[in-house]
Formats: sequence, structure tokens, C-alpha cells
Amino acid sequence: MPLLRHGKVVDDCWVFVEDEHELSPGGCLTVSLGRFLSEHDQLLARNEAIGVRLAASDDPALLAPHLDRLRLIELNFPKYTDGRALSQSQLLRRRYGYKGEIRAVGQVLRDQLRLMIRAGFDAMVIEETDAEDVYDFSAHEFSEFYQAASDTSETIFMKRHRKKQEKAAE
Amino acid sequence: MYRYDEFDETMVRERARQFRGQVQRRLAGELKEENFKPLRLQNGVYLQLHAYMLRIAIPYGQLSAKQLRQLAMIADKFDKGYGHFTTRQNIQYNWIKLADMPDVLDALADVEMHGIQTSGNCIRNVTSDHLAGACADELEDPRPWCEIIRQWSTFHPEFTSLPRKFKIAVTAAAPDRAAIRVHDIGLHLKRNAAGEAGFEVIVGGGLGRTPYVGVTVRDWVSKQDLLSYLEANMRVYNRHGRRDNKNKARIKILVNELGEAEYRRQVDEEFANQLAWEKVVLPQEEVDRISAYFAPPKFEKLPVKSDKLDKAIAADRAFARWAKNNLRAHKIPGYISVHIALKAQGVAPGDCTGDQMRAAADIAEKYGLDDIRVAHEQDLALPHVKLDDVPAVYAALKAAGLASSNAGLGSDIIACPGLDYCNLANARSISVSNEIQALFADPDFEDEVGTLHINVSGCINACGHHHVGHIGILGVDKKGEEYYQILFGGRADEKAAIGEIQGPGLKHEEVAPAIRRVIVKYLELRSSKSEKLVDTITRLGQAPFKEALYASA
Ligand code: SF4
Repeated sequence: MPLLRHGKVVDDCWVFVEDEHELSPGGCLTVSLGRFLSEHDQLLARNEAIGVRLAASDDPALLAPHLDRLRLIELNFPKYTDGRALSQSQLLRRRYGYKGEIRAVGQVLRDQLRLMIRAGFDAMVIEETDAEDVYDFSAHEFSEFYQAASDTSETIFMKRHRKKQEKAAE
Repeated sequence: MYRYDEFDETMVRERARQFRGQVQRRLAGELKEENFKPLRLQNGVYLQLHAYMLRIAIPYGQLSAKQLRQLAMIADKFDKGYGHFTTRQNIQYNWIKLADMPDVLDALADVEMHGIQTSGNCIRNVTSDHLAGACADELEDPRPWCEIIRQWSTFHPEFTSLPRKFKIAVTAAAPDRAAIRVHDIGLHLKRNAAGEAGFEVIVGGGLGRTPYVGVTVRDWVSKQDLLSYLEANMRVYNRHGRRDNKNKARIKILVNELGEAEYRRQVDEEFANQLAWEKVVLPQEEVDRISAYFAPPKFEKLPVKSDKLDKAIAADRAFARWAKNNLRAHKIPGYISVHIALKAQGVAPGDCTGDQMRAAADIAEKYGLDDIRVAHEQDLALPHVKLDDVPAVYAALKAAGLASSNAGLGSDIIACPGLDYCNLANARSISVSNEIQALFADPDFEDEVGTLHINVSGCINACGHHHVGHIGILGVDKKGEEYYQILFGGRADEKAAIGEIQGPGLKHEEVAPAIRRVIVKYLELRSSKSEKLVDTITRLGQAPFKEALYASA
């Protein structure tokens, strides 16, 4: 399935290693939160890029002390109707200040892309053949938002008054 | 009332366009029903027994004449000539074709309306006291805050795939006409000890399979903090609400499983952890801008009493009865609020024809400052009418078949669509309601009984709010046959309580006679005419009423 990063299909060098499997010496690996927390000294000592895949029930606060060492956090949608990863992403971006990649994995459907982008996802593994078009469409389908979120969109509440102030300044 | 600006307008238009695309993909077979379902649900489109059903939000129950006329147009052009007002200040159409839905949504957008978030696991239409801004007993008008919550919750990027649907209701009056204690979150606008207006936050109420009265999680939150505090609640719920079982996914179950204290602790912790830029604080100019739309209309200076009205009451017995039952006190001298019960004998509760909608719109324009409300009792109201105009309003309502004199009485029944429309139903609701209404065909008898709330649901999902009726009626299925369980003692007001099931279910034809026996028993036992059935039950216990219920005729 194609990986979209900032709306472009890109090659994916990352491999998720199941808990019961050995870590390979090289390459970019993601591991579960439990494994990361218990083995994180060894993992960071590998001097390779490391990422974590959170289950939807995981608490992202547990990653907070380690975020500057992580290049990738994968958030899982066990079902497309399960919105827990949206809260996880918002927490990682807005509360803990994570700047690396947040990637949606699991059941990712085109009609959720807009919400994901707003909630701070910059990558997603998506089951669509025309992934770039789908992304482009979703990202621009709506132009106004009431809420501040992890993307930088200015809210409608703010815009209304910026316009007024600009007018007053003219 | 609130008017869309370019931003609100853009959003609704873009959504209508998006849904048109989705419907096209569905009709062309590119989108499977399974994947179309969450998309149509977020626009209020359900698949029912016979057809698609469209549910349209009427935010906090307020409509202009222009909007109501558009709803009438939709009823006539795209449905079978009527619509159905629900207990959550929505209107539903039962017969719109899927291919027509995009045109209907465009027609709605033309009058600043939509079906966004009237279904699906998101924050639903915000409801309020239907007399907001008019009633004599409110602290201040709650509608600006309803509108602010509406905007904040629309397409919220984090809270559109919640464990389950989420309903918020707001009131600013101590007498609760918005049933806030049986909502996921109920907000009561009130003063703190220092005299400042803010919100009591009640969480975890709800009906359905496991009914609960909500608990006060915070006695008072400032207006400034309201949205941030709501976000904290929503996030705790989104992250920790149960997703393994649809029947346990509402926030009431989370609150109950965690316990009130632990739930409160988690919300408080989340609220305290919010960083400055996570707070949702509107600029004061924005609060002022929105509030200005709800500034009181230009009321005239009028005498407290109207000779014209008093004379009409003295002259016409039918009018006198309607005026006694259907008028509600207004905060401005010389004005009154008019309750329009959509509960004519033999009609499905909440149903309204296109012609009736147009008539109500005309009356509102001529006599009611262009303001119409939808009440959670599935009725309409005209909040601002001059006392002098009441006889003319009555005459016009009567001509339209809208002058039922039963507001708040036994035949003003709340009922869900039941087996006639709903694919989840166990039993019919409408026919059983009609038979009960017939008990009150004699107006003198109905008036003698006085205030009485009878609520009917066709299944455990409780869309007819049977748990909070003074008498509740619940349709159940016994080996393929319709049966009805009877509950006593529920109420949805500020003393909210969940009714208790009395015993074995009754057959369809046994229900109305049994209810009659209960009412007769009540008339015999009540301490005075002003003691409501529900209060007599509280005073004496349920036993005598249960006995009457099951006594054979
Ligand atoms: S209570 Fe049951 S039968 Fe009635 S509308 Fe709701 S789901 Fe349908």
C-alpha cells in the first residue's frame, strides 16, 4: 500500500518489528511502546533511526521524555471509526511538541484524511490507487475551520476579527 | 437569531458539495454501502425500514419563517407532504430519495441549514430551552453559548469518531425545559457565589438501554473556560470511552465504571494540563459579535393586561381552554409565549404537514417577530406574541389544524416513530399513542387530570424518552408479538428521575385501558388538584398505581 508523506507517494524504508522478533542490526525500525520503554537504551544505542508504533489505547505521555530521539511515531486506526489516534496525535503535537513524522496506519480511508491532517498527521499508509489525488482533494476540500488544531490553520473565530482590525487600520 | 457570515456559509456549502460527490460515488457503485454509511450518517442520512431518512438540525430549536417555509417546500417536493419534529429539536423526513439528497442539502444551505452531525458518533445538534430569550424565569439568554458550542463542535478534528454519539443541552432557567440531566453533557447557566454567570456541568445522563441521570462534575465553570473544559471532557471520553460494545459506549457508562470521583479527577487533570495554546478561548469581540445576534427584539411598551384577550377568553370556551393550557409567561409585560402542540388526536406526535409549516411561518411573521421554536416535546412555539394578538393567532392556528389545546397534558404525548418507520423497533408507538390520546378526547377530563407527561418508545433505544415520562411506555417483542412495558415516576425536568418498570408487558389493546385505570386511581388519591401524578407517586409509592395497572377491567 502506498505511503503518503506531505501528500506525495514516497518509498518507505521503515519496518515494524513485532515484539517476538529479533531487531535487525541496521535499518529504520519501529517497535511497540512496551518494547521501546523496556529496551530503549539498547534501541537508542543502535545509532539508527528509531520509531514507535502506538496502539490506540497507549498513552502518548509515556513517550514525552523521548520525543527528541524519535523520527517516526505510527498511530493505529484499528477501525476507521476509531478516533483515539486523533487525540494521541493532537497530544503529541500540541502538548508534547513532537516535530517528527506522525503516520497513520491501520484502516485509513480517504474521507478521514482531512481530519488526520488537521490533527497533526503528516503521513499515512492508504489503500487507494490514486493516493496523491485523493490527498490533494481532501486537503483542500474545506477552506475554513472553527477550531485551532495541530495544523496551523487560523480559526474562523480569529479570522473574523483580523479582517475587522485590518479594515480599521486601512 | 444568528445569521451565517461568509465563513459559516462557505463551510455548509463545501459540505453540501462534498456530499454530492459522495452520493454520486455511491450511486455509481464506486463506494460500498459499508464505507458510505459513516459519510451519509455525518450528513444526517439514515437507512430506515422503507427508505432513507434525512435528519436536519435546528440548532437550539430556533427557526425563522423563511426557514420553516423551506422545510415545508422540502416536505412537499421531496417527501410525502410532511415532516416529523423530534425530541432533539431536529426535523426528520422519511421518504426522500438518495438521488435527491444533494438537492435537498443545497435547498437547506440556501436558508442556513444542514444535516451535519445529526447522526454518527460525533457531537450532535446542540439543544436548548425552546423559550430561551423569552421566558420570565431565565438568568440570561443561553443561545449565544449554544451557537458558540455549535460552531466549536462543527467538524471538530478530534471529536468526530467518538465511541458513540454525543448530545449537549443548555438551559439558563431553573425549571429545566431542555432535559439537560438526561444528556451526555448538560449545561446550566447560573451564577456562582460571587454573582458571576457561568455553567454547571452535568455529565453522563442518558436514556437508552441503561438510563442514568447525569452527575454534576463541576458546579461552576466560567464562560471563558467553558470550551476548554468541554474539550477536556471530550478528550477523556474519546480516549477512554468503551469501544468494545456499542451498548456500553456512551459517556454515561464511562462515568459509571470509573465512578464520579475518578471521572472528575481525570477531567480536571486533563483541563489543568492544557497549555496556553490548547485553551479554546474566543476573543471577547467574537463573543460580543455572536451575542449581538440574540439581542432582544424591539419589544413595545405594553400594558400588563389585555382587555382584548380577556374578552375573547370570556366569550369563547374553546379558546379559553387553549389559552389556559398553551400560553407561557414572557419576561416582557404585554407579551406571551404560545405553545403549538403537534398532538392532534389521531396524528403521529411531532408530525407537521407542509401546509401547517407554512401557516405557522405566516403567523410567526405577522404576530411573532419572525421567531419559531421547536420544543423537545415535539411541539412548536412562538416565543414572542403580544397579548392583544393572541386571539388572532389562535384563529389562524385553528384554521391550520394547529390549535390543539393540550400543551403539557395527557394527550401531549412524546412518541418515537416506532415500527411504522424504524428498523430497530419492537412495536408500534404511534398507534398506541393515538389510543392513549383518545382517553383524553373529553377536554374537561383532560383538564381535570392536569399536567401529565406520557412518553412512548418502540424499543429499548428510548427515542421516545419513556424513562422520563411520568408514565413511560416501552415496546418489547415477545415471541414476535408486540407487548408494552409500563414505567412510573420518570421526569426530565430539574428533578430528573428514571421511571421504574412495573411488571409484565401488556398487549397493544390492553395499554390504553390500563393507563385509564391508573389515571382514575390518581384522581382518587391525589392530595389536591395541583399535585401531579408523578408527585402523588412519589408521596404514596408505586404500589396502588401498579395494582390499578394490572387490575382487570
Ligand atoms: S426507540 Fe427504538 S423504535 Fe423508537 S425510533 Fe428509537 S430505535 Fe426506533
